Amino acid sequence: MMSGSSRRRIGRGVAIVGAGMSNFGMFPDRDSKDLFAEAFSEMLASVDKGFDPADIQAAWIGNFSNDFFVHQAHWGPIIADLTGIVPRAVTRTEGACASSTLAMRDGLMAIASGMYDIVLAGGVEEMSKCTTEEVTEGLALATSPYEGEAGYTFPGVFGALATAYFHKYGAGREHLMNITIKSHENAPLNPKGQFKQTIRDLMEARKARAAKKGEPVPDWADEKEALFDPRFNPPVAWPMHLFDCCPISDGASCILMVAEELAKSFTDNPIYIVGFGQGSGRGLHACPSLTSFEANKQAAAEAYGMSGLTPKDVQFAEVHDCFSIAELIHIEDLGFFPEGEGYKAIAEGETRREGRMPINTSGGLKCKGHPVGATGTAQMYEVWKQLRGEAGERQIPGRDLYIGATQNLGGTGGTCTFTIFERR
Amino acid sequence: MEERPFSDISYRKFLEEEKFMGSRCRKCGQIYVPPRRFCLECRSEDMEWHEMKGEGELAAFTCISIGPSFMIEEGYDRKNPYCTGVVTLVEGPRMVARIEGVDARNPESIKIGTPMKVEFLHRGEGDKARTFLAFRPA
Ligand SMILES: [Zn+2]
Repeated sequence: MMSGSSRRRIGRGVAIVGAGMSNFGMFPDRDSKDLFAEAFSEMLASVDKGFDPADIQAAWIGNFSNDFFVHQAHWGPIIADLTGIVPRAVTRTEGACASSTLAMRDGLMAIASGMYDIVLAGGVEEMSKCTTEEVTEGLALATSPYEGEAGYTFPGVFGALATAYFHKYGAGREHLMNITIKSHENAPLNPKGQFKQTIRDLMEARKARAAKKGEPVPDWADEKEALFDPRFNPPVAWPMHLFDCCPISDGASCILMVAEELAKSFTDNPIYIVGFGQGSGRGLHACPSLTSFEANKQAAAEAYGMSGLTPKDVQFAEVHDCFSIAELIHIEDLGFFPEGEGYKAIAEGETRREGRMPINTSGGLKCKGHPVGATGTAQMYEVWKQLRGEAGERQIPGRDLYIGATQNLGGTGGTCTFTIFERR
Repeated sequence: MEERPFSDISYRKFLEEEKFMGSRCRKCGQIYVPPRRFCLECRSEDMEWHEMKGEGELAAFTCISIGPSFMIEEGYDRKNPYCTGVVTLVEGPRMVARIEGVDARNPESIKIGTPMKVEFLHRGEGDKARTFLAFRPA
């Protein structure tokens, strides 16, 4: 029995009463401060009964690699100054792509302990001003040292996991394509996302371009035939191709967290954090399974234990689809689908917006974008919107939503978190 | 065998000498590669160096088209991808390593379960000289 499954509770309940997110994409003329300011403004406007930002007692800000990407470290005081929280405490958290979930976790613990009542948690990353090679190198800082010297890149590690999964369960590239196609179906419904086109749209655009140039027009029968065409979907780290990988993005996001007993003075519709878990992992050479993340299992056991909920209670989730294979592994690790069965459920449409278990209604990291430090609280932004019925066109249809979850992965599985949210 | 600390630095120095070395717990026999100072099984610190047989089978792999700069310097790119993998060693542990002697342009031809044997790749000169662990089909 894992140590994490022993039931731990937070000492005082915590609710989210505001959330904001910048547009995600590539923004050559905006820097990290501009992006965070955009997310912060939306968060302020989202607090139904209003509040004075001077009441924020402390903040935690996730950032993975601005030291490398934009040659600026020590983001705590910069964000403190930007938001007017100065001179109160603002701390940077780093857990690779899970950096801002760790910011939320620190805020959660601070409120649960009684140390603070009103806390900001968020994250920011500014990646697009680097070349693709520089970004590849920057992200590779989060692989394990042995993976790095064996020539692994980030997509490479996930490519290796995909070959192991295919071999063990008989799945193939076409099953991962179902994930990509689904993310791109949700994409046009998210006005803040980086990509807003379906795979169909992209195929038509490609055909039109070929026709205009007088080149042979591709004659793809369907989305999968296009995705199997290396001219449309070139390999990055086989079997991971371009459309299996999330893009390089800039962006910021944040949430306002308060002690449970104060929540109703901010909004009649707070979202409560009822379960949280975090685990760590060891890289490909030492992990117990090549088709599962041990850190996920730990995080899930802790979060389910804390909340008293089971995977069946979770109605929808945002999971960390940095690569298509990752989404598949996560939905099995978290218990939404049995191990080795996830790819079949996806093929049957169960993870679509209309399906039994909608996954990544935001378009996921694949389409919404993945500014790494901003991703964790941006996933929470989506759950906040869905649970409050404010997700607009991408609102999960026909269901009364009250339990949602986010799963955030850092590095190549070195850090995983799982958070469960409830609307009461 | 001379006394060397059970560390990544020692492990890499051994690789330069074309030795693939792990550490073995004298108390419970568990083998670790790269070497560990502490046995995770029994928490003993009584370790000894253990030369690995350098045999195993391919457990997972990828063929990388867009590599890190040190691989690009070796001439790998979209037209000339390289293979890197995970090998399950006959002693039990797994290791990540570059995979030589396979057709990285034709990944479908590479099979999980293929028997592998160790190889040492020496790259760069002078201060930049590095030795990388690799495997190729046995
Ligand atoms: Zn031992």
